[in-house]
Amino acid sequence: MTLYDLANPTRFLKLVKAVLPWLIVATVAALAVGLYFAFLVAPEDYQQGQTVRIMFVHVPAAQLALMCYAMMALSSIGSLVWKHPLADVSAKASAPIGAAFTFLALFSGAVWGKPMWGTFWVWDARLTSFLVLLIMYLGIIALWKAIEDPIKAAKVNAIITLVGVINVIIIKFSVEWWNTLHQPPSIIRADGPAIHSSILIPLGLMALAFVLLFVTLHLMSMRNEIMRRRIRAMRMRAASVAPAASSSTVTKAAPAGAR
Amino acid sequence: MSWMKSLFVREYQLANRVGGGALIGVLFFLAVVTIFPFGVGPDMILLSRIGAAILWIGALLSTLLGLDRLFQADREDGSLELLVMSGRSLELVVLIKCAAHWAATGLPLVLATPVLSLFVGLDFQSIVLVTLTLLVGAPALTLVGAVGAGVTVSMRRGGVLLSILVIPLAIPILIFGVSAATAGAIDSNNFLVPFLFLCALTLFGLVVGPLAAAAALRVSGD
Repeated sequence: MTLYDLANPTRFLKLVKAVLPWLIVATVAALAVGLYFAFLVAPEDYQQGQTVRIMFVHVPAAQLALMCYAMMALSSIGSLVWKHPLADVSAKASAPIGAAFTFLALFSGAVWGKPMWGTFWVWDARLTSFLVLLIMYLGIIALWKAIEDPIKAAKVNAIITLVGVINVIIIKFSVEWWNTLHQPPSIIRADGPAIHSSILIPLGLMALAFVLLFVTLHLMSMRNEIMRRRIRAMRMRAASVAPAASSSTVTKAAPAGAR
Repeated sequence: MSWMKSLFVREYQLANRVGGGALIGVLFFLAVVTIFPFGVGPDMILLSRIGAAILWIGALLSTLLGLDRLFQADREDGSLELLVMSGRSLELVVLIKCAAHWAATGLPLVLATPVLSLFVGLDFQSIVLVTLTLLVGAPALTLVGAVGAGVTVSMRRGGVLLSILVIPLAIPILIFGVSAATAGAIDSNNFLVPFLFLCALTLFGLVVGPLAAAAALRVSGD
C-alpha cells in the first residue's frame, strides 16, 4: 500500500475505521498508565512539592502544540505542491487541536507559575512565543472559517501556515534575545537529561499518551471533515436540482431542456 | 523597465489620491501617539523611556490600517485579474505595488516621526535612532503585511482578520526595531546588533513577502 492509495478519501476512511478502535484503546491505556505513574508513583519534588505533577501535563501539551504546527506545515506543503484534498483536510483538522494543546500548555503553565514564580504570567520569551503561537492558530482557524470555497481556503491557509513556520523559528530564536525566566531545555541536551529517571519515565509515558491522543483526535477530525465535505457536496447537488423541479411545477409551459 | 515605472507611478498616485491618501495614515499615527499620554499619564520621564516603543507601535498600527487597500481596490475594479494575467512576473508586480504603497503611506510616517518624537520627550540622539530604525524597519512591515493582504483579498471585510494574521508576523520586526532604538539611546555599542537583525528581517521580507503574496493572489484569482 503506497501513500497514493492512502490519498483516496474512501480508502482513507476505510483505514481509519479499521485503525481507530485500536488507537482509542491504546490512547486510553497509555493515558491511564501515564497518569497513574505521574500522580501516584512519581515522587514529590523537594522544592516544588506536589506542583511538580503539573509538569506531566504541561510538557507533553507544549510538545504537542509544536508538533501540531509541524503537522499543519507538512500538510500545507502537501496541499500546495501536490494539490491534494486529503492534505487540505489534514491541515484543517490540525488547527483546532493545535490551538487546544497550546491553550492547555499556557493554562497549565500559568497554574504552575502562580505558586512557583508568584505570578500567573510573565513576559518571558518562551511564554510569549507560545502566546503568539496561540494567536497564529486562532487566526488560521478564523481564516478557514472566513473563506467558503474549501479548495481556495486550503491554499490560502497553506501559504499563511508556511510563512508562519518561518515566523515561529524567528520568534523561537528571540528566546536568547530576551532575558529569560523559563528554565532552559532540560530533556534534550548533549550531556544527557538533567532529570532523574523517577520523573523522566512518567514524563515519557505521558508524552507517548499525548502523541497517541493527538493521532486519534487528528484521524477522527479528518474523518469528520471528509464527511462534512461530502454533505456539502450533496447539498449543493440537491440545491442545483431543486429549483429546476419547482420551476417545472409552477410554470408548466417552460421548456424542460432549459437547465 | 517602462512598465515597471508606469505601474509604480499608477500605484503611487492611486494610493495618494484615494481615501485621503498619505495624510490619513499620518493623522492616525498622530492620534495613536496622542492617546498614549492619556493612558499612562503626562510623566515626561516615563514617556521618554517608552517613547520609541510608542512610535513603533503607532507606525505598526498605521501600516496595518492601510494594508487592506493594497490589493482590494484592484480586485474590486478588476485590474488585479489583468495584472495576474499580464504575463509579467507577479512577484515583481507585488514588489512594485509594495514599494509604491510604502512610498505613499510608509514614508510619510517616517518623515512625521521626528516631529511626533517631541511629544514623547525624546532627546536628539533618540529621535535620530527611532527615525532610522523606522526607515529601515517600516518597509518590512509593509512587505509582511502584503502576505496578509494577499491572503484576505477575496474577503469582503477582511481588515480585522488581516491585522490578526499580520501582527504575529510583525512581532520580530517590532522586537528588533524597538530594542535597537532604545538600546542605542543608552549605549551606542548596543545599537548595531539589533539594527543589523532589523536589516536582515527587511531583506528577508523583501524575498518572502512578494513570493507568498503573489502565490495567494494567484489562488484567489481562479
